[in-house]
Amino acid sequence: MYKYDQYDQAMVDARVEEFRDQTRRRIAGEMNDDQFKPLRLKNGLYLQLHAYMLRVAIPYGTLNSRQLRKLAEIARKYDRGYGHFTTRQNLQYHWIKLEEAPDILAELATVEMHAIQTSGESIRNISADQYAGAAADEICDPRPWAELLRQATTFHPEFSYLPRKFKIAVISSKEDRAALRWHDCALRIVRNEAGEEGFEVYAGGGMGRTPFIAYKIRDFCPASHIFSYIQAILRVWNLHARRDNIHKQRMKILVHDLGEEEFRRQVEEEFQNFLTLGTDFPQAEYDRIAAYFTPPPFETGLSEDIDRSDSAFALWVDQQVIAHKAPGYAIANISLKPIGGIGGDVTAEQMEVVADLAERYSFDDVRVTHAQNLVLPHVRKADLYAVWQALDEAGLADANLDLVTDVIACPGLDYCTLANARSIPVAQKIQQRFADMDRQLDLGELKIKISGCINACGHHHAGHIGILGVDRKGTENYQLLLGGSGAEDTTQAKITGPGFDEDGVVDAVERAVERYRELRDPGERFLDTYRRVGFDAFKEAIYG
Amino acid sequence: MQLLTGNDLKTGAVIWWTGRGWSLHVEDAADVGDQGEAILAAEDGARRVNGGYIITAEDSASGPRPSHIKDRIRALGPTVRPDLTLKPADPAAGDWVI
Repeated sequence: MYKYDQYDQAMVDARVEEFRDQTRRRIAGEMNDDQFKPLRLKNGLYLQLHAYMLRVAIPYGTLNSRQLRKLAEIARKYDRGYGHFTTRQNLQYHWIKLEEAPDILAELATVEMHAIQTSGESIRNISADQYAGAAADEICDPRPWAELLRQATTFHPEFSYLPRKFKIAVISSKEDRAALRWHDCALRIVRNEAGEEGFEVYAGGGMGRTPFIAYKIRDFCPASHIFSYIQAILRVWNLHARRDNIHKQRMKILVHDLGEEEFRRQVEEEFQNFLTLGTDFPQAEYDRIAAYFTPPPFETGLSEDIDRSDSAFALWVDQQVIAHKAPGYAIANISLKPIGGIGGDVTAEQMEVVADLAERYSFDDVRVTHAQNLVLPHVRKADLYAVWQALDEAGLADANLDLVTDVIACPGLDYCTLANARSIPVAQKIQQRFADMDRQLDLGELKIKISGCINACGHHHAGHIGILGVDRKGTENYQLLLGGSGAEDTTQAKITGPGFDEDGVVDAVERAVERYRELRDPGERFLDTYRRVGFDAFKEAIYG
Repeated sequence: MQLLTGNDLKTGAVIWWTGRGWSLHVEDAADVGDQGEAILAAEDGARRVNGGYIITAEDSASGPRPSHIKDRIRALGPTVRPDLTLKPADPAAGDWVI
């Protein structure tokens, strides 16, 4: 993985000391909250319901064991013994004291981490395929590009006061595991007919109160010019965004208002200007960064066999283990969705277990997924049983990846000041309703995503079944949505009708699921059946 | 009744105006009537509260109960982590929120 050089370290250290002084001035009364708030947000520090919340950046969801142990140490020392992995592959602490925040940032800096641009009107954490560098189906590791873009856009003056937040994702496989088209700007590495690497570029996606799926703005941008192209996109948005209206500032609104063709025309015009400026990454710089992502020294001649005599282990392998590009290796997914638990929450002790496993069995590599799970990307098949045993002992061996209980949920009204309704209790009740493993396996892939407000941090627009919490005259109410996807077949979920109370929405989910069981053809997922038979058949089941 | 609430500037903890100062416990909150804005201005200036605002609440035998669920969750703690609320030993504390 990438290692800070002296410039990276100097910048992050300086930023810590700058924020330490800003915090001191706020506490001393030299700044009021209106002055301080944008400064703390630039360092990922929010004020939420019960305390300050610190969002730590995990670039493209990649961690090493030293970093994960530091996150555990911070959880124990400054928070309440746990952290929460988010749908942006980051980690949040929910019980932070302002007076200790600079010390936490200083601790993070010792392991090459920070909270810069995890909030505010900036380019947020650039996400990527959680299986990058390991996936059998990828063209190349997309993370060098994500890292180059991270470096080029961090502290960039043109991108420091954007109209609104801006989210970028990078993948290099046909299968989309990063919700690509729900991003402001999305890149998929492809090869053209000449065998040259470049990017399919998508623009104008996003969730929130006005969801849009990104459209393909360019079939092929040569890799050598991708930064010019991204700058052109940002420039057009920056020039024309509706800065007068907070609900219309995201780039997706501009793309919608201008129309895809006109937006593309303007971007191409700016792109030609940027090409004359020589701001693209030199090949030597790409090579320098890519060297940090050299594949680990995989052993050869390893056995492909997995002893499946332990049935619980065999179930875990079937559900959690994914094909690896290197013979004899596998990708092991770690579920953070125990039945009745809090999705994405991990205790300090569990972080340390995963760090130990990464160090011992996965070339010191851990990934965070946008579905709020973890991954050990490079595990020898022969070591899977030992990994599973350790995970089981730590309460991390659930076998529910992409099943009905693998629910994405935002923190919701239990923690978040923006939320209108609680998300986590709904997720827990759905998990408990569908806890039977045979039933989960019978239902197959079924992605439920829950947001506690229209900001859609729980990705409800992309759920096969989505749930949106709203405030109806001071009480929690839940709208049900069907038919969304964040995968390569991206679609936006559709609201079914009037909302439900907390128990009612769980019943409604079950009615939709049972309708699927009645109507499905062999091999069909919930989403396939929904698309084949249409909305009305499910609505009738839900409302009668 | 009208209550004042906000977060402690240094710690972020939820606090309630008692008439003489701030408390972590909504049971101690005092009805501020029409004095809320003036008190908030003074307390904000003195850096004793951050993000303060006025809420409505109903008086009850156990003390003030905020009208909106968001403020009841603020007063108790996350409903999904009873161990992290202000009443970790009371298994029924969450009922007060809902």
